[in-house]
Amino acid sequence: MTTEAGSETEVKEKAEESAAQPDQSETAKPESQEVANVEGGEKEKGKEKEKEGKEGKGITRYLPTWFKKQKSQTSPTKEVPATEEPVSKGVEGEEEPAPEVNGHAEEVEEKEEVKSEEVKEATQPESDSNASADTEPAKEEKVEDATAKSPEKTKDTAVGEGAEEEKKKEPEGHVEAETDGGESQTSIFQSPLRLVRKNKMKVVVCHVTLLDGTDFTCEVEQKRAKGQYLFFKVCEHLNLLEKDYFGLTYKDNHDEKCWLDPTKEIKRQIRSNNWQFAFGVKFYPPDPSQLTEDITRYLLCLQLREDVASGRLPCSFVTHALLGSYTLQAELGDHEPDQPRPLDFISQLTFAPNQNKEMEEKILELHKSHRGMTPAQADLQFLENAKKLSMYGVDLHHAKDSEGVDIMLGVCANGLLVYKDRLRINRFAWPKILKISYKRNNFYIKIRPGETEQFESTVGFKLQNHRSAKRLWKVCVENHSFFRLNAPEPPTKARFLTLGSKFRYSGRTQAQTRLASSLIDRPAPSFERTSSKRISRSLDGAPVISITEAGSETAENGRDHRLELHSDSKAEEVDLSPADVEAIPSQQQSPGRAEPALSQDLDKTQDEVLKHQASISQLKRSFMEAPPPSPPQPNQWEKRLTSSPATIRVQQHQVVSVPQTEAASADNASSETKEPAKTTEVEIEETVVIQEVSRAPKPGVVTVTADPTAAPPAEHEPQDQKVKVEEEAALAEVEDVSPMKPEKASSDSESEEEAEYHPNVPASISQSQIPEEKEEEEQMKEEEEEQQQASAPVVPSLPAEVSQPAEETSQEEEEEESKKEEMEVEEKKDDQEEKESGRETEDSTDDPMVTPEEAPEGLMVPEESAEAGPTEDLEQPKMNGEASLVEVDPRPQVICCSEPPVVKTEMVTISDTFAAQKTEIATKEVPIVHTETKTITYEAAQLDGNSDGEPGVLMTAQTITSESLCTTTTTHITKTLKGGLSETRIEKRIVITGDCDIDHDQALAQAIKEAKEQHPDMSVTRVVVHKETELAEEED
Amino acid sequence: MANMCPYGRFTHAVVRGIPETFGKTAGEGRENGEVTVDQAKAQRQFGCLTGALRQKVGLQLIEIPPDPELPESWRVEDVAVIQGDTALITRPFKQQRRSEADAVRRVMSELNLTVVEMGDEQGDSGGATLEGSDVLFTGREFFVGISSHTNRRGAEVLADTFRDFAVSTVPVCGGARLKNFCSMGGPDTIIISNGDGAKKTLRMMEQLTDHHYDVLTVPEESAANCIYVRGPSKRDFLLHRPAEECPDSVSAFQKLPDYTLLPTACSEASKLGASLSSLCLLVNRKHTYF
Repeated sequence: MTTEAGSETEVKEKAEESAAQPDQSETAKPESQEVANVEGGEKEKGKEKEKEGKEGKGITRYLPTWFKKQKSQTSPTKEVPATEEPVSKGVEGEEEPAPEVNGHAEEVEEKEEVKSEEVKEATQPESDSNASADTEPAKEEKVEDATAKSPEKTKDTAVGEGAEEEKKKEPEGHVEAETDGGESQTSIFQSPLRLVRKNKMKVVVCHVTLLDGTDFTCEVEQKRAKGQYLFFKVCEHLNLLEKDYFGLTYKDNHDEKCWLDPTKEIKRQIRSNNWQFAFGVKFYPPDPSQLTEDITRYLLCLQLREDVASGRLPCSFVTHALLGSYTLQAELGDHEPDQPRPLDFISQLTFAPNQNKEMEEKILELHKSHRGMTPAQADLQFLENAKKLSMYGVDLHHAKDSEGVDIMLGVCANGLLVYKDRLRINRFAWPKILKISYKRNNFYIKIRPGETEQFESTVGFKLQNHRSAKRLWKVCVENHSFFRLNAPEPPTKARFLTLGSKFRYSGRTQAQTRLASSLIDRPAPSFERTSSKRISRSLDGAPVISITEAGSETAENGRDHRLELHSDSKAEEVDLSPADVEAIPSQQQSPGRAEPALSQDLDKTQDEVLKHQASISQLKRSFMEAPPPSPPQPNQWEKRLTSSPATIRVQQHQVVSVPQTEAASADNASSETKEPAKTTEVEIEETVVIQEVSRAPKPGVVTVTADPTAAPPAEHEPQDQKVKVEEEAALAEVEDVSPMKPEKASSDSESEEEAEYHPNVPASISQSQIPEEKEEEEQMKEEEEEQQQASAPVVPSLPAEVSQPAEETSQEEEEEESKKEEMEVEEKKDDQEEKESGRETEDSTDDPMVTPEEAPEGLMVPEESAEAGPTEDLEQPKMNGEASLVEVDPRPQVICCSEPPVVKTEMVTISDTFAAQKTEIATKEVPIVHTETKTITYEAAQLDGNSDGEPGVLMTAQTITSESLCTTTTTHITKTLKGGLSETRIEKRIVITGDCDIDHDQALAQAIKEAKEQHPDMSVTRVVVHKETELAEEED
Repeated sequence: MANMCPYGRFTHAVVRGIPETFGKTAGEGRENGEVTVDQAKAQRQFGCLTGALRQKVGLQLIEIPPDPELPESWRVEDVAVIQGDTALITRPFKQQRRSEADAVRRVMSELNLTVVEMGDEQGDSGGATLEGSDVLFTGREFFVGISSHTNRRGAEVLADTFRDFAVSTVPVCGGARLKNFCSMGGPDTIIISNGDGAKKTLRMMEQLTDHHYDVLTVPEESAANCIYVRGPSKRDFLLHRPAEECPDSVSAFQKLPDYTLLPTACSEASKLGASLSSLCLLVNRKHTYF
């Protein structure tokens, strides 16, 4: 059963992928079931595409996940679906997929519920069902892997191409399965039917209350529309370009106002059928005069008038009067002395909670003094006064201190304020806060030690309940990111395992939005100011001129779901080919595999990009997948676990080589229990960070870190021009990853009730850009990371695996070629252990996972080696062929490590240039972060550089912000004297952050290309792609 | 903010003369009961202060006649907190001082200030005590020292009165009153003594504020209480303790650029736990709304 089921699921996944990339749909796999599944998947994909086309935006992204989920779910019932699907496949192709999509959506809903309750649990049961076949029940990931493996095996026997397709599909499916986790079971049963019917998208009407009190209605796809879609619709309606300060709120079941997460499906967030939203200011700009457009200020004014009138923003009598007078001036213009009505009219307006005649007279009096002031000026004056209010932009939350005293916690641009009644009794500026976390109804902040203090302290507050704590935590994370960071922190590095939320701020930071705003080039839009009555008068006057917005909106919509995209991309990658190697979670570093994979991956990725540009997601997938050649099943597992896509790709490759696939299947079975968890993790992934680290011990090393989410074009400048992709290594790595995945799964299983956030270290971005932030903590973190890294290689734990494989590959490469690039795909899963034990636990988890796979080779990474060995050989040829396209000379080794999704990752990145591997940070408290992190490292054989921790010289740091993407490129140059030879290492880190899809493949290819062009005399020794995706957060 | 302007813009000063009962302990637990003070000297010093405020700084001086029944009534700072056009009539810790507010309240009304009362013993503010010498207004925010004379309830009333501003509470470690060891020395300058308690309070203030203040540290505690006024002539005036009273701290004030330093003796009032700023209430009747 399991194998079949797994195959089916995989097939479905593959099908999805293939559907996404119809052209790519390679040969159908020989396996009847698998084929059927695959076909179904393709159909689904096609449907999805159709849906996408219909919806035009993010919906499609959602679909893939759904499909995947369904597939995974359906896998148990494989037989039926398979038969149906195959038929449909041939004819329906794309059309049929749509229905499937619907089915998926339904499933998703179900899944959502399940997940919401307990993702882990759900995944486990599912996995059990699936696992029954595999032997290990628990996790979906495992199931998926198993399925993938089985398909692969069959594929091997049958047609290689088909296998590839399946593989691609599988990854997607895995991703979906992961996300859906709990749902998968239900979906499995229902899937066939659902698939058929779901072509139609249910549309629901959303009501959005605007700031002027009018109601905006908008139709959205009920199941898959993400918050972003609706938000952009609203912004479009408002003709608002500087929209990053705003957001949508909804009332949860407890009638508490929550911010709609743009990256997640609306349906999953509102939890009820109440599609009522409110548009409002989410981040109050500390200096409104810096806003570019009057319309933005006007909207801010509307919000503040509401805040003032409701008492949310307390102010004195005089201030009430003054603000009211500016409001009158803005809305009525100059005071007309002959108008008899003034007082009567004013009394109809609400300026203050305790408005009285005296105040109204004062308002009138002041209004007279504003004669000649234009509405825009009046608004600006209003804001200039309002911004000075001490409670301006402070979001208050009820809490109790450690002694049970009622207090208020205020989150604002500068930090966290503590109030008792109206008195400010404490304040924690963002720079002072090292970590923000919550556990159950407790909210914690870790404080940087003061000058006279030696140790950091943690302050705890008690919130009313878990929901409150989480909400506060999210607000803190978002405010910190928006106001404090230059670029949003990539969603935690693989915190899949962790219980805590992987939630991260996904939008643009204030710095970014300011930059973007400065580029706004349009005539000031005309808009009507509504009377303060805010009754029925609408701003509708504003013609929707927003050119940029419209474009961005559409783009965003299309891109909306990073997660999905990623998942898709992964799957696609698998299909696409060897090129995927990049994405591949290079688990094992068997040199042969890795190198070819890298080269292939790169080339393929580019090709794929060209082909699939239409389907961005596919491209992304391809990145992830690049390394697929590695051992089949294990890779798949790994991929699923950590960065599903990469693994998936690997699997495909593996499929090609029968023996490998078999081995993988076995591995999968063993690891299955954990895999489900992994799958969940995959879902979680919302942010993709691509870090390319080129370590050229001899010449310069170029490290490119790109956050996939944001910037598609990542520029990697590998010093060593020779990029050797060791496919074998990659395969091996992939296998390793799989073991890692189980760990992740375990972590995932952990409750969601906790989450951590390390504000100071905004991941990779911060490193280069914000040196200031490096402080004691960072150092400590770095140290930790280093330690972890060091330990990692030795230890079978994921990180260790990664490093080890890389080394091995490097050695091999060295023997073969002086310069080789190792591709390491590190998937880090954070154990969600709440406590410090996190690291240990992670390791332990990793170990267990590894063990199953390790058996054969028994070296550092027994699993990897074992699997890699056979598979690599088989695969290598294929991989190489594919890989050959890649410019990289050497064999890239792909190492997949699952990194613990600890928020602390931030620290890691900052710490070292080579942080990519180090990224793992043990999290003491296990926050569940809905983020997946994939790290792919291509590393040349030369490992010399590894030893040096020499601080490079920060040569350049450049940030390019576009509408939806932020690309930050930092270059470190390190010169070392070794035995008289001077070695120059250039490490280039490209961080791409964005809320839309990023074409990883393209970015990676671009980066490598640029690196070569810029440094023709150097070789690319190491390319690390670190991908972080923020997964849909599971609602409480 | 309508009420927000750089600290130091004052137009009026309200003082109250030294009564012949100066230094006489009026009630139980008088802290300075054993101190011998020279009432005549105190009156001379008071005259120097008012003269400086009126003639040097250029403020309009409103002098409330002394009341022999109220031996501490000269400490007018304690009975009102004025910001913008709002005057909060406080409730001093000592019961017998609360009648001091009557005369001050009248003056506030005459100045067209909005008078806010802390209320009776009953009600929300029951038990609340607040003295102006525990309130440091920086122009941007309030710091209220929680001392033996001012409690948290009193600070809450103040926060409720001046809603535009952040009101932070800080512990008073260095002395009996917050402003015994600190005061404003400029729009963004805090003068504070370098005593351990003062340092502790300063750290707390730095922790609590969103703004940045320059800190001028003086070695003698009593020297840290000054009166800064940016007078109508747009010049910066600083009334500080003379070298005879604080020999080590005078040099620190020289660092203030372009200030007109006005050494003002306050030795007698100081013996009773008061400071320069205790003797006057500063009002700005020219604040604009733009």
